[in-house]
Amino acid sequence: MALDSKIPQGPLVDKWTKHKNNINLVNPANKRLIDVIVVGTGLAGGSAAATLAELGYNVKAFCFQDSPRRAHSIAAQGGINAAKNYQGDGDSTYRLFYDTVKGGDYRSREANVYRLAEVSANIIDQCVAQGVPFARDYGGLLDNRSFGGVLVSRTFYAKGQTGQQLLLGAYSAMNRQIGRGKIKMYNRHEMLDVVIVDGKARGIIARNLVTGEIERHSAHAVVLGTGGYGNVFFLSTNAMGSNVTAAWRAHKRGAYFANPCYTQIHPTCIPVSGDHQSKLTLMSESLRNDGRIWVPKHKKDVDAIRSGKLKPTQLAEDDRDYYLERRYPAFGNLVPRDVASRAAKERCDAGFGVNATGEAVYLDFAAAIIRYGKEKAHVKGLNENDDALVKELGKEVVKAKYGNLFQMYEKIVDENPYETPMMIFPAVHYTMGGIWVDYNLQTTIPGLYAIGEANFSDHGSNRLGASALMQGLADGYFVLPYTIGDYLSKDIRTGAISTDSPEFEEAEKNAVENINHLINNKGTKSVDSFHRRLGKIMWNKCGMSRNEKELKEAVEEISALRKEFYKDVLVPGTADEFNEQLAKAGRVADFLELGELFAKDALLREESAGGHFREEHQTPEGEAKRRTEFQFVSAWEYKGEPKDALLHKEPLVYENIEVKERSYK
Amino acid sequence: MNLTLKIWRQKNANDKGKMVDYQISDVSPDMSFLEMLDVLNNQLIEKGDSPVAFDHDCREGICGMCSLYINGEAHGPDRRVTTCQLHMRMFKDGDTIHIEPFRAKAFPIIKDLVVDRSAFDRVQHAGGFISVNTSGNTQDANSIPISKHAADKAMDAATCIGCGACVASCKNSSAMLFVSAKVSQYALLPQGQVEATDRVLNMVQQMDDEGFGNCTNTGACEVECPKGISLENIARMNREYLSASFKG
Repeated sequence: MALDSKIPQGPLVDKWTKHKNNINLVNPANKRLIDVIVVGTGLAGGSAAATLAELGYNVKAFCFQDSPRRAHSIAAQGGINAAKNYQGDGDSTYRLFYDTVKGGDYRSREANVYRLAEVSANIIDQCVAQGVPFARDYGGLLDNRSFGGVLVSRTFYAKGQTGQQLLLGAYSAMNRQIGRGKIKMYNRHEMLDVVIVDGKARGIIARNLVTGEIERHSAHAVVLGTGGYGNVFFLSTNAMGSNVTAAWRAHKRGAYFANPCYTQIHPTCIPVSGDHQSKLTLMSESLRNDGRIWVPKHKKDVDAIRSGKLKPTQLAEDDRDYYLERRYPAFGNLVPRDVASRAAKERCDAGFGVNATGEAVYLDFAAAIIRYGKEKAHVKGLNENDDALVKELGKEVVKAKYGNLFQMYEKIVDENPYETPMMIFPAVHYTMGGIWVDYNLQTTIPGLYAIGEANFSDHGSNRLGASALMQGLADGYFVLPYTIGDYLSKDIRTGAISTDSPEFEEAEKNAVENINHLINNKGTKSVDSFHRRLGKIMWNKCGMSRNEKELKEAVEEISALRKEFYKDVLVPGTADEFNEQLAKAGRVADFLELGELFAKDALLREESAGGHFREEHQTPEGEAKRRTEFQFVSAWEYKGEPKDALLHKEPLVYENIEVKERSYK
Repeated sequence: MNLTLKIWRQKNANDKGKMVDYQISDVSPDMSFLEMLDVLNNQLIEKGDSPVAFDHDCREGICGMCSLYINGEAHGPDRRVTTCQLHMRMFKDGDTIHIEPFRAKAFPIIKDLVVDRSAFDRVQHAGGFISVNTSGNTQDANSIPISKHAADKAMDAATCIGCGACVASCKNSSAMLFVSAKVSQYALLPQGQVEATDRVLNMVQQMDDEGFGNCTNTGACEVECPKGISLENIARMNREYLSASFKG
C-alpha cells in the first residue's frame, strides 16, 4: 500500500481552514447514532473523549489506571507553548512553526506542524475558560517563561505542575460528559487488541484488570491516545504502567509504525542511584531558565569532588566549565534537549562527571539566587550589598518559581539544592516516533486514529520543551474532532456494530491464548528481570549515541531475549483475578518486539538527526549530521517477526522553510 | 537495613484479610518505599508466593495512584510526600513497619493494599467542572484579568492529587478536604462563578451519598495531605454551601 499523507492542497497558511471547510460533517441527530472508542485518558485521549461527547457522539473511554486523572500527562512539569505573543517579543504562528520544524531537525511534516502552531493559541483560551489556574503576573494577565531551542517567551505554566493542571482540565471536561452519560468510562481496563471488520477498525478487546474478564467493545471508530513507549528502556521518566501494548497490537493488525528510533533523552533528570531503581525522575526544563550547567574544568577537581574532599560550591568560577554557554553562546543553557543531552554525555565520557558513577553534571542556581535577590532588595529599598540578605531574598524568589521541583529533588537525593548545585544526567523521556498517521490523524487502518504522543507526526526527530502538552491538546480538542467527522459521515446509516462476529471471536480467542500462555508458562525468571535486561540492551546500544555494529548486535540480542522470555518467564497467580504481574508480562512481551523494530529502524537511518545520533555521521565538532537522502519518514509494516518488517517511505517536502544545518551557536 | 514488614493481605473484596509478617534484608536507604516493596515482591515471586498488590504509577508524587497506610499514617512518616516519594532513609535498621490499605467505607478493598477510590470520581462527575464546550473561539485568555493572589490560591487548591489520604486519615472518613479543594479552585476564579451554587450543592450531595463521613475539624487531613491542601478550603466550601443553600 502506498502511503498517502492526504495533505490538503494550497498555501500552507490556508490548508487547515480550507480543509475544515471542505470535509463532511455529521448532523447533530446522527451523531447520537455513532459510537467512538477512545483508549487512554491523558491530554490527547481525555480532551478528545470530552470534545467528541460534547459534539454528541457516544464515547466509551478506557484507561488502565484507577481513574482517568492519573494518566501520565499529569507528570509534565514545565509548561505549554502557544503563539500568543503576549510578551510582544516577536512571536507568531510562523515562528512557532519554524522553531518546531527546526527543533525537530527537519524530520516532521510541515502541514501538521503549521496546523499545530495555528491552533496553539486556542488551547490557552480553552483551558483558561475551563478554570485552569495558569501563573499570572501582578497585573492579572498570564505569565510566560522560555524553553529550550527558541528565542521568545511563549510557554504558559502552572508552577512546575502544568501537565497536572491541564490534565485535570481535560478530566473535568470528561467528568461533565460522564455525568451526562455521554462518556461511559472504563477504569482499570487494558486494551489488548483492535478488531477489524471489513477492513475498518470496529472495536477493541479489553481486559478488566480487577476481574480479569476479557471484554468485547464495538464502535464506529477507535482512537488511540495511549502515549509513548519510553519504557522500552526500563528506566525512563515514564510512569510504571506506561506501555506500548495498544499501539503495538494495532501495528500487528496493520497500522504502520513510524520512526520508532526517534527517542527523546531529556538532559535534566536525577541520576541513577542504584540497581534497585524502578524509574527516573525529571527535573523540568524550565529550570534551565535560571540554572547554569557546568562541570569542573580540571580533572584534579573532578577527583576531589568525587572523593568528597571538595565541595562544588568551593570551586572558583574560573575553574568551572559552563560548557553549554561555551559551545552555544546564542542559546546557552537553553539549547534544545538533544543538544544539551549529548553535550552532557560528551563531558561525562571525557571523564568530567561529578558523582561516583561519573554520570552527572551540575545544574547550579547560585547565580540566579543572587540576581533575583538583588532585584528584590532593590524593589524593597533594602541593602543590595548585604550578601546574606540578598541570598535569603533570592531563595524566596526561586522557591516561588520552582519550589515543588526543589522539594522533589531534596526528597530523592537528600541534598538541599538551594545550598548546593543539583546533580543531573540525561534520561529517556519521550518518544517522537509512533503510529503513522495522515493529516487527518488516521492510521493506515481506516477508522483507527492515533493522537498525542502515540502518533509520530509533529516533532520530527527531536521535540522542543513544552510542545508535548500543546500537541496532545491540539489533537484532542481541535484536530481529531473535525477530521473524524469526515470519516464517520459515511457511517450514519450503519447502525450499532455487533460484537457477535467472527472477527471479534478471533480477536478475543487470540487475546485469551496469549494470556493463558503467559500464565501457564511457569518458568523461573520474573517479568521484571526480562524488562531490566531489555532496558540495558536498549540504553547501551540504542541510547544517546548509536553505531552500526552495536545496533546489529541489539537486533540479535533482543530477538534472543524474546525467545528466552517465552520459554522461561514466571507469571504468578491466575488469569481471573487482579494480577499486576500478568498485565506487566503482556506489556513486556510487546516491548520485546518493539525494541527489535526500534534497533532495525536506527540501523536503517544512516544519518544523525535530532535525538537519533549515529556515531558514523557527525561534524568535526561532534554535532549531528543529517543526510538529504534520509529526508523521509520510515513507516514499518508488520510482517511477522519484527526484523522482517517492511519499510515504506513518506518523503518529507519542505516548501515553506529552508532546510539548513541546525545551529544554536 | 533489615526490616520486619507486617502487611495486610486480602485475596479479594470478599476475603476477610489478615496481617502477614515478612522479613526483608539489604534495604538501601536510597530506595523509595515502593522500590523496597518491589524487592519484596520479586523475592515472593521467585519463591512461588503471591506478590503483594499495591497501586502505583508515576512514582514521582503527582498521579495520586499510590496510597498505603504506613505505621498508622497515610503515606507514612514523612511530610508533604506520597508513598512513592517516601524514602527508606526515614526508617532504621531493625524497624518493624506496618503496612495497611487506606481504610474507609467509601473505599472498598479490591486486593491486599489496593482500594477502589471511584467514589472520588463520582463526586467530580456531580459538579467538578465548568460547563464550557470546546471551540476555537472562546474569548481570549487575557480578556478577564485575575489577580495573582486569587490565581495562586486557586492553584494551591487545584494541586490536590486525589489520592485519598485525607479520607484515610480522618476518624470520620470525611472527604471534605478533597471536595473543598475542587470547590475552592472554582470559587476563587471568575470562570467558576456562574455554576457556583449548583456545583457545591451537587458535589456535597454526592459526597454524602458515597458514604463519606462528616467533618469535625480535627485537621488530621491537612497534616497528612501530601500536597499541603489547606483546611482553609473546607471553611471556604462551608461558606459556599451556606450561601448556596439560601439561594437554592
